[in-house]
Amino acid sequence: MINMFAYNIPFASIFLMMIAAIITPLLPNRNRLPEKLSCYLIGTVGVLSAYLLYTLTNSGQSLAFNFSMGHFPAPWGNELRAGPLEAVLALVFSVAMLLSLLGNFSSTQEDIAPARRNIFCVLVNLLMASLLALTYTNDLFTAYVFIEINTIAACSIVAVKEGAETVRAALRYLVMSLVGSGLVMIAICLLYDLTGHLLMQNMHGAIQVLVTTKSYIMPLTVSLALITVGLAIKSALYPFASWLPDAHGSSTNASSAILSGLVLKGHIFTIIKIFYRVFGLDVIHALRMDTVIFALGVIAMIMGSVHALRQKNVKRMIAWSSVAQVGYIFLGVGLNTTAGIAAACLHIIVHACVKPMLFTAAGGLSNSAGHKKGLHALMGTFYVNRWAGLGLIAGACSMMGVPAFAGFASKLRLMMASFDTPVVVWSLAALATSSVLNALYYVPAVIVILTHSKDAQKNFTVHPPTKLYNFSMCVFLILNFYLGLFCVPLLRLITRGVNVL
Amino acid sequence: MNEELRNIWTQFFNWVMGNGPRPENEVIPPEPPPALPFSQKPTDKFSRFHEATLKERYTQWLELHGLHLFSVIYSGLSVLTCIVIVSLLLATVAELPPFGHERNPANNEVIRRYVQHGGRETGAQNIVAGLILDYRAFDTFGESAVLFTAAVSVLMILGASRRNSLKDSQNPHTDPEGRNFSQRGPPVIRHHLLRKDDAILQGVASLSIPVILMMGCVVVINGHLSPGGGFSGGAILSTALILAANAFGFERVHNFFNERTFIVSSSTALMIYALSKGYSFFTGANHLHSIIPKGTIGDILSAGLILPLNICVGLIVAGTLYGFYALFSEGDM
Repeated sequence: MINMFAYNIPFASIFLMMIAAIITPLLPNRNRLPEKLSCYLIGTVGVLSAYLLYTLTNSGQSLAFNFSMGHFPAPWGNELRAGPLEAVLALVFSVAMLLSLLGNFSSTQEDIAPARRNIFCVLVNLLMASLLALTYTNDLFTAYVFIEINTIAACSIVAVKEGAETVRAALRYLVMSLVGSGLVMIAICLLYDLTGHLLMQNMHGAIQVLVTTKSYIMPLTVSLALITVGLAIKSALYPFASWLPDAHGSSTNASSAILSGLVLKGHIFTIIKIFYRVFGLDVIHALRMDTVIFALGVIAMIMGSVHALRQKNVKRMIAWSSVAQVGYIFLGVGLNTTAGIAAACLHIIVHACVKPMLFTAAGGLSNSAGHKKGLHALMGTFYVNRWAGLGLIAGACSMMGVPAFAGFASKLRLMMASFDTPVVVWSLAALATSSVLNALYYVPAVIVILTHSKDAQKNFTVHPPTKLYNFSMCVFLILNFYLGLFCVPLLRLITRGVNVL
Repeated sequence: MNEELRNIWTQFFNWVMGNGPRPENEVIPPEPPPALPFSQKPTDKFSRFHEATLKERYTQWLELHGLHLFSVIYSGLSVLTCIVIVSLLLATVAELPPFGHERNPANNEVIRRYVQHGGRETGAQNIVAGLILDYRAFDTFGESAVLFTAAVSVLMILGASRRNSLKDSQNPHTDPEGRNFSQRGPPVIRHHLLRKDDAILQGVASLSIPVILMMGCVVVINGHLSPGGGFSGGAILSTALILAANAFGFERVHNFFNERTFIVSSSTALMIYALSKGYSFFTGANHLHSIIPKGTIGDILSAGLILPLNICVGLIVAGTLYGFYALFSEGDM
């Protein structure tokens, strides 16, 4: 049994962020106090999650534990569940969130009006709380409630930067997201009617009984399809991803980094939990949902990159690249094996570290080019802001899958996981094609920022990058290389986590 | 008689369609032929042998009909999608276990404990209140936080930007780097269509507002004893505020319920919820003794935390609903 302190960490980290969100509107809006409070608390959550992870890996026999919220045990009250995978994800989410906020500390100040900054912090805290709750919850309805919080907060941090473009993007995002929420809600109602439970393990038992007795197969299939499509809309799986480039491309850099790196991942992890913990992989296979997810993932990998090729705005290009990367994750989920899901989780972590770095780097580069976002305007900016340039190059290498960078490790694991499945040819072909397509748009971007141009450098309004920016870029780069070079222990941890998920 | 009737009908028809009788001396200019908005160049009149290429014809055709075609296809596909989804969902619902049947999967040990022991374990006579505010209080905390999130977001998008641009129009405000935040024009202030001297509305409102407020308070405070609770009582309370705003003007309500009061009350209520329930979760999960008394069932001061939590939820709901109304209709609170 793990110690009392670690036992309370999931509950404590969710409540810490909620209380931070609630108290922030009351704080005075001076000296950027709310933002500092958010950063400190997210850092605290990161430290707590790291401690939880350390305790869980050294605890010996039981790797996961349940935490009942209140005096009533699980099927009656709410419950949280924490294992190594949840702890790793909480740690990665808090680190990526902290670095996105720190790296864009000055660009947030430029983009967001002073009256709105307080509320921006409220929304960031709520997003963090909802991500933690989605990670830890063991109850489908609790997951739905926090999906709602996540949706509203995510749409609002798109609109936090004033302007017609962001409001339009936020509205589009809101409409698409609400369609997703509606589908998830209907599916949860259907599942409750069929199983009589909202607790994930109990639902799993009831669904196993339904499938073995071959009763209610059709409603079960429909509810699985609805919940998958609903969450796929929110996590921007390709045919449902039309909202993503607007929302991620037009908002302020911190919002883009948080949305792309973290918010999508919360929903994807919820899908993984529903597949693994609620339905079970054999039922998913029997209902053919794995094939659908796999096919959509392959299409997303190709189409996201094809769309990214056509972009001239660097942030929109990176946003479309997110669509392709989400496709990789769903490819792993669609393999429908423990190894596939572990590889998908590794890719979640890799993308959560790399994509905020890319957005922060692109923001820094376009800042040194005088707030121009067009790809051609960035010519030679590497020599103005070297940390940002390095970040973009490292991120690009990672997305292309160059060895020693983070993306290589997860793509390799995806390939290795697909060897045990009948769809190995498809997944290898898709991974190869998508890597080439990634290179087709990332390499020109890297060449552009590395090209010397005397004319362009005169126009640069040089805001020297702050120390915080350089620090967070530095940490991002270290994380990138760490994930690329030493991911084996992490993968072992994830596999253990998936086994007790 | 017949002629008169027809006359009246014509007048009525014209009134409905909005085209009154046309004056006799009006000269209607002949409509110009529809111009092609984006076509590259007009075809040369004098080139006798000019024949539009297939591509040109296609572009012209697309300019003339493209939008129409798109809207037809779009609405057709939407209808088709709706029909497919509706029939799929109806087929699914038809397959579900029959409603209210005794042996349904939903009639299991979970429900049994709620119904049989709910009163004893939570101290609440209203089982629903005990269910949402004690057994599954974490979900309800999330729901209140959803309302809080939505209210704060609307306040940010509609409230903060408007106040900013109002301030900017008086003295252009720029930040230290010289960037101006108000990229829009002067603020548009919507005058609420409101008769300030509507004696009937004001009379009825001054009679009914106390009753509505009382009703709302009763529903909130008796939430653990009778049907109702924070969500429904808060909605009733907010109708009193909305009625007051409509009868006496938003300025009067603004005197005692403005943006600052709203933020302070919502945050405080949610904070009380979070701290008290956090204590209860903590003691429950760690099997510690909780100092919160259950009281005797049926008393007004019973059911542990449910009464204060209902009041908190009621405050949040009332503030949020009124806030939405004020922000969307007036743009300010």
